[in-house]
Amino acid sequence: MPEHTDIEMRLTVNGRAQHWRVQPGETLLEALHHHNFKGTKLVCGTGDCCACGVMLNGESVNACCMLAAQAEGAEVLTVEGLARGAKLHPIQEAFAQAGAAQCGFCTPGLIMRTYALLQEQPDPTEAEVRAALGGNICRCTGYVKPVEAALRAAKMMQQASE
Amino acid sequence: MTTTTSDKAVVIRPDLAVVGRAEQRVDARPLVSGAPVYAAEFEMPNMLYGRILHSPHAHANILNIDASKALALPGVHAVLTWRDVPRVRHTTAGQPYPELSPYDMYLLDKRVRYVGDWVAFVAAETPALAEEALGLIEVTYEVLPAVFDPLEAMKDGAPQIHEPDTHHPNYGTHNGEIYDATHNIVGHEDLERGDVDAAMAEAEVIVEGEYRVQRVSHCALEPHICVAYLDGYERLNVVSSTQVPYHTRRQLAEAMALPISKIRIIKPRVGGGFGSKQEMLLEPVAGALALATRQPVRVEYSRAEEMSAGRFRHPMLIRLRTGLKRDGTILAFDMHAIGNTGAYGTHGFTVTRAAGHKTLCLYRAKAYRFKADVVYTNTPIAGAFRGYGAPQGFFALESNIDECAHALGLDPVEFRKQNHVQKGDYDPIDTETIDDIVIHHRRFNSCGLRECVERGAAAFGWGTPLKRVEGHIRRGRGVATAMQGSGVAGFELGGASIKMNEDGSFNVMTGATDIGQGSDTILAQIAAEALGVGLDKILMHGSDTDISVFDYGSYASSTTYISGKGVQLAALEVKRQILVVAADLLNTPADQLDIHDSVIWAANGDGPAGTPGLQTLVAPATVPGNDPAGSAGLQTLVAPASLPGKAPTKLTLADIAIETLYGNHRQQIMGKGDFSIKDSPAPFYAQFAEVEVDTETGQVRVTRMVNALDLGRAINPTLASGQVEGAVTMALGYALSEEIKLDEVGRVRNPGFVDYKVFSTLDMPQMTTILVEDPEPTGPFGAKSAGEVPINGPAPAIANAIYDALGVRIRDLPITPEKILAALDKKPY
Repeated sequence: MPEHTDIEMRLTVNGRAQHWRVQPGETLLEALHHHNFKGTKLVCGTGDCCACGVMLNGESVNACCMLAAQAEGAEVLTVEGLARGAKLHPIQEAFAQAGAAQCGFCTPGLIMRTYALLQEQPDPTEAEVRAALGGNICRCTGYVKPVEAALRAAKMMQQASE
Repeated sequence: MTTTTSDKAVVIRPDLAVVGRAEQRVDARPLVSGAPVYAAEFEMPNMLYGRILHSPHAHANILNIDASKALALPGVHAVLTWRDVPRVRHTTAGQPYPELSPYDMYLLDKRVRYVGDWVAFVAAETPALAEEALGLIEVTYEVLPAVFDPLEAMKDGAPQIHEPDTHHPNYGTHNGEIYDATHNIVGHEDLERGDVDAAMAEAEVIVEGEYRVQRVSHCALEPHICVAYLDGYERLNVVSSTQVPYHTRRQLAEAMALPISKIRIIKPRVGGGFGSKQEMLLEPVAGALALATRQPVRVEYSRAEEMSAGRFRHPMLIRLRTGLKRDGTILAFDMHAIGNTGAYGTHGFTVTRAAGHKTLCLYRAKAYRFKADVVYTNTPIAGAFRGYGAPQGFFALESNIDECAHALGLDPVEFRKQNHVQKGDYDPIDTETIDDIVIHHRRFNSCGLRECVERGAAAFGWGTPLKRVEGHIRRGRGVATAMQGSGVAGFELGGASIKMNEDGSFNVMTGATDIGQGSDTILAQIAAEALGVGLDKILMHGSDTDISVFDYGSYASSTTYISGKGVQLAALEVKRQILVVAADLLNTPADQLDIHDSVIWAANGDGPAGTPGLQTLVAPATVPGNDPAGSAGLQTLVAPASLPGKAPTKLTLADIAIETLYGNHRQQIMGKGDFSIKDSPAPFYAQFAEVEVDTETGQVRVTRMVNALDLGRAINPTLASGQVEGAVTMALGYALSEEIKLDEVGRVRNPGFVDYKVFSTLDMPQMTTILVEDPEPTGPFGAKSAGEVPINGPAPAIANAIYDALGVRIRDLPITPEKILAALDKKPY
């Protein structure tokens, strides 16, 4: 067995300071899971379904496809970091209202991609939503209700900011 | 850009308070907030990680396994080979006992029968260590000749993959055990209703075709996963992502040679199943490792394992002949399905049978013949998959029906309307003849097929002008119809127990398994409606074999109909108990009382139409010492005085609960209900599709779809339309893009989402879903099933639309650009 030297790293996850020891080959997703951020899902492990989507320094990334060590010093936001206490984020509220979560396993990824989209484009067209969610595989919903939810979330967030 | 709409214009009946409404899922908040609710998030102290060594050969004997190097690796706790586990022949098909499935598996065997078959199990302290240990296990194989094609496998002299199945409980009856081991035939059926040869002789036109359907993967986003551990009573507990907790408990006991009493299966939230989890898979792996190490063990399949050593939809070759009169009357069907079950039998016989049984009954005819052969090959194992044989059968049938319409010069919609079954018809296939008397098992007491076809055609604009040619683009339209069951006729049992709490809430403990389809919400709505309470008063408890009532599990479109009816019966029993207490308190006969919004009302027959007499409030006071004369018994109520702000004129369920737990009527109000029936009401479905075909690239783009489903009653229209949209999308992949491909030595070439194309948001057509409600008299509030039937529609509708666009008929799924171009070369424009 090759000897590994653990890597010490610091970052913030959902606003909390973290001090992690990770393995050189450990992915960000594995490290999140080891540190009890389990909302982000492992589905394909190859970056082809976006179920593991998180925000890293404001950019949408697939946590299964990057090394944990690459997140040194970063600010990571996962699906668990969206709600404020018991109050869901409007995107989560919209997904719940629209029936956009069936089994729910792809839902964290869809929600985080929607979050990334609405950061850049607060009033997206349906085509823009579809393009933004184009890499997210969902096997339950046929995407109808997730797309509805993303559009609904945009409206809810606009109304909230007015 | 496309838009997508759902028709939610389902009529809400004024007499229903909860059923029929688009209630939010009872588990919505955890699902959208990343709460740890799945098996993958279940952690235990000292938990080990199990991994499986898979065979690199399609067919081989294991001559030797040396695990010493793996065991020497620090952190590796166990390596199990065939010598270390119980040697019991069993099946993993999640079916009631005795399964109609051969007992052809050992947990680990000395022989491997496909690339991916199990060779050894490892438990180690980390997943990486377990993976490393797999590479240190040295196996010596004697490679055997393999056979991959079912037609080759049936020939004399083909490699024999299994020995006869003498261990099967039905051995010798041709009812589940291996039919002909020498020719690799798992199961065989030869069924005839009426005289097919005579009817064919009468036919003026016979339309014949050979249809091929491919192996596809379920791609449930959550893989198979379970955690096994010994509890404080030394019983083996398994937290498992399963559709069939009770069948798994029984089969796990069998495979591990343990008494059933030693096993408990707990189902957490499940991240999708689609049939892949109607099967015991990793539970005995985790169980054996947990027993060997005395530590909790988690075993999880990777995506690559799911797509090479999981379960798949059966590839089939289906030959179909239809005999017709020129006026459009169907005289006879003659279908032969050859199903490829892969290396083990599991659901092979029942799925291949279903390709005929679930489909041919859609049309009236004088005679029907259905022949099925299910064949072993050295390929990945086929299993249950949403639709369960019907998608295969309907691709053949509904393509062939389209060919019939064109051969007769009839409109495909009108031709279907002329021949499809009607309300009141008997299922022509599901019959038996005893002493020359035909006994029918299934009657279509509800049938909204005509309405599905007509409303679907209207919404789609069937028959309206279409710009058919635009440069190298050709456009066309297609239709298909379909049906399914609601449960397996005569092979179901499901329901719940319901317990009342002191605040007037109710625990509903069901054996039904919510795997993402939302059945916990549906069952909660049924319970709330039947009890007369709001949805917030219902507390669902998912399946746990120690706690919930026995239930066959979530498959065969059974949950809403079977378990839902059981829940309704349980709720009615609890309501009866409540009203007995209320009657005593109110000095009013129980049959004159009812519950509405958690308040006891007098049943008053004078109410306006549609409201079953809930007008008159009875309880004049519920506060002790404050009750008027003549309301004997109200003094006994304990709680109301302690409930500030309570209107003194209502007797609520909370009052009843307090009275029964602390007052003079002490008892735990609790009831159970279960349901079993010989019937299986059919949901009906009409699919319309419009396509654009690029004649230069062969690319097919589906531009519009209309999906019309008769589900009896939509308990929850949002969940129902979600089922339709999801099934249709899955079937778009089946029609056009998905196929698990094997290389020449039987290895899966595309075990991942890169080379296995699942539809995305960018591939989706505009889609309209119409819910048609023809209430089913035997179902809970008129409901029958919804989740499977829509998956039957897209593939034939798209093939028919491609024919409409190009004039070429593709009878081979998936309809790839290569197949389109090849077909166009045969018939150039």
